[in-house]
Amino acid sequence: MKDERILLAHGSGGKLSHDLVARVMQPAFANPALDLMHDGARVEAAGAKLAFTTDSYVVKPLFFAGGDIGKLAVCGTVNDLAVSGATPLYLSAGFIIEEGFPVADLRRIVASMRAAAEEAGVSVVTGDTKVVEKGAVDGIYINTAGIGAVIAGTDISPLNARPGQDIILNGPIGDHAVAVMAGRHGLSLPASVASDCAPLAGMIKAVLAAVPQVAVLRDPTRGGLATTLNEIAAQAGVGIMVDEAAIPVRPEVQAVCDILGFDPLYLANEGKAIIFVESPYSEEVITVMRAHPYGREARVIGRVTPAPAGQVGLRTGIGGVRLLDMLVGDQLPRIC
Amino acid sequence: MCLAVPAKIVDRKDLMATVEVSGVTRQVSLMLLPDAKVGEFVLIHAGFAIQTVDEEEAKRTMELFEEMAAHEE
Amino acid sequence: MKSRSREEEHRLAAYFRGEIARLATKPVRLMEVCGTHTVAIFKAGIRQLLPPEVELVSGPGCPVCVTPNGYLDTAVAFSRQADVIITTFGDMLRVPGSSSSLAAEQATGADIRIVYSPLDSLEIAAANPGKKVIFLAVGFETTAPTAAATVLAAEQAGLANFYVLSAHKLVPPALRALLTAGEVQVDGLLLPGHVSAIIGEEPYGFLAREYGVPAVITGFEPLDILGAVYLLVKRIAAGEAALDNEYRRVVPPAGNPAALAVLDKVYGEADAAWRGLGVIPASGLAVKAAYRRFDALAALPVTVEETKEHPGCRCGEVLRGVARPADCPLFGTACTPEKPVGSCMVSVEGTCAAWYKYGAGRWQV
Repeated sequence: MKDERILLAHGSGGKLSHDLVARVMQPAFANPALDLMHDGARVEAAGAKLAFTTDSYVVKPLFFAGGDIGKLAVCGTVNDLAVSGATPLYLSAGFIIEEGFPVADLRRIVASMRAAAEEAGVSVVTGDTKVVEKGAVDGIYINTAGIGAVIAGTDISPLNARPGQDIILNGPIGDHAVAVMAGRHGLSLPASVASDCAPLAGMIKAVLAAVPQVAVLRDPTRGGLATTLNEIAAQAGVGIMVDEAAIPVRPEVQAVCDILGFDPLYLANEGKAIIFVESPYSEEVITVMRAHPYGREARVIGRVTPAPAGQVGLRTGIGGVRLLDMLVGDQLPRIC
Repeated sequence: MCLAVPAKIVDRKDLMATVEVSGVTRQVSLMLLPDAKVGEFVLIHAGFAIQTVDEEEAKRTMELFEEMAAHEE
Repeated sequence: MKSRSREEEHRLAAYFRGEIARLATKPVRLMEVCGTHTVAIFKAGIRQLLPPEVELVSGPGCPVCVTPNGYLDTAVAFSRQADVIITTFGDMLRVPGSSSSLAAEQATGADIRIVYSPLDSLEIAAANPGKKVIFLAVGFETTAPTAAATVLAAEQAGLANFYVLSAHKLVPPALRALLTAGEVQVDGLLLPGHVSAIIGEEPYGFLAREYGVPAVITGFEPLDILGAVYLLVKRIAAGEAALDNEYRRVVPPAGNPAALAVLDKVYGEADAAWRGLGVIPASGLAVKAAYRRFDALAALPVTVEETKEHPGCRCGEVLRGVARPADCPLFGTACTPEKPVGSCMVSVEGTCAAWYKYGAGRWQV
């Protein structure tokens, strides 16, 4: 296409996002740390092994059940560092604010950033604020970047996925996406549905302390569990088989999916981690996770297979097997 | 071609009803199913109730299948 | 509504599989008419649960897929008018027309809003009195009454700026056209449960009577579909042609008379063009004269580009069940869900998209 333009779907975290990064950004910036395409880059500075990451937050609405854009901006970056096998230490925060934005809302957002940072044990040590004309942004956008210290004795990388490893998930999927879209499409959700937005650094640190043999760690955010598993399968050149019946989905979340024609496997999460580990260690990982408030429902959802390389399969509830592909485009409410 | 989900009518005012699926609620129009009553299960499609779900019939189909399977054993 | 336990489901599924394998002694080809069935079949991995003798082919039951390019081009042309807001189900957004798509128009400034219900369009119309709100009324008998009811509600609310761009289609005439053409040998039909919830059983009577083809109205749970395949295989083995209704819980014999009355008030039968099937007599719905002021095509001026079909795209044959997606040279190479060439690849329910997404031929156990 000669005058190709950016579509909303380029930001969905699925195939189009990947294509865009692979075609436009990656060639321009190519280097070994970037090329690994992990949630956080591993770098060395002044003799220290560091993880470094950044993410921008443009969620709408700004406040939702279980969190707000501020909590999200801290947890998202903390989690990207945590799943890089690092202890998150320092964050930056950049605010782009629309003219006319209520200062009371800004205070609320900042207070919730502070609370999340305290829980995660990180400090926001630098920042930036820009104000733009009315209409140039939608309320407020936040960018955070973070630095963490790589936990010694661990080796976390998507390339470490090996046949025979178990895949462990810490709880039900889709809560965040559903909580955020609650007000849309006329749906009213019960109080039981809230975003799972949470800093996972504590839980992950406990897991790595107990089982440093953990091979792969990821947080399935945009694009959902299905997309993250596909990324790992593609990068490591292995197959993955997950069991639909083992993947927890709350009935309320399933109901929203049924009404709007969504698939929970592609919905964003903000407090979920998937862990690949050799199966003899699975039980210990699960025990440690379940002892933590964010891992109460930890369980094995599948395993790594030798073939077919780069593909993810799903064993369905009724016993069939099918491909579980990456998200293509945004999930839109559909009637057919 | 037509996604539709069963939902329970929990309230109705004129031709608008509140329906519920697993605690999730939505307003739907009863223009296409004007005789629907509170407490009934209805099929929801594109913001409209389009048919009642006959629980007795659902049970009968299930029992019929169950019987077939049981017969086999 | 689910009261079966997992064990019961597995036991029933095993029973159906066993019976299907026992009864299907020679090859049978069953067509699932409905796109929602196509997706349900792939999503549950049902094809692999069937013996090689039972072939499932997809029919023309994806409303987005059977909508010809010209309709999309018209919608795109309307969306370029500065005072127009297009409202549409999410399904239509990425469908390529001759030279553009609604998603591409949205990216360059067209006001296109995704709605879950056609009624949402009325709120948008009321809030934007200076704009014309055009709802893309696409779908079969399940969806057409919701659009008709919305037109009636617009009339009642006195809204002068709401329109429908209608491309509704009817299932039974398309089935008749397929069977008459005889291009594809179909031994049995899985009929769309939610279309049937509106039209009931009678409109399908001709399938067994005139064409000797057994058919089952069925739901969308994996067990509904396996059960329907079992019922069809049983009929075929016994040499019987009959209409069975596995989905009685939502399909009474007479359908939904109230919905049919609303439909009949606003729409009348008309010849309609189907992608892949051509013009089929009395297979579509046109807004009746009394409601013409709500009909975008009749009430609003628009200039539409010349319609072009992509050369090499075999959507038409796929929709007729004559070609499988993998038979198309573009499938999976030039045509993927990220860069769809034909509507069968772009619609979530499209046969090509389902084949690709759920890995028919790609995933080895």
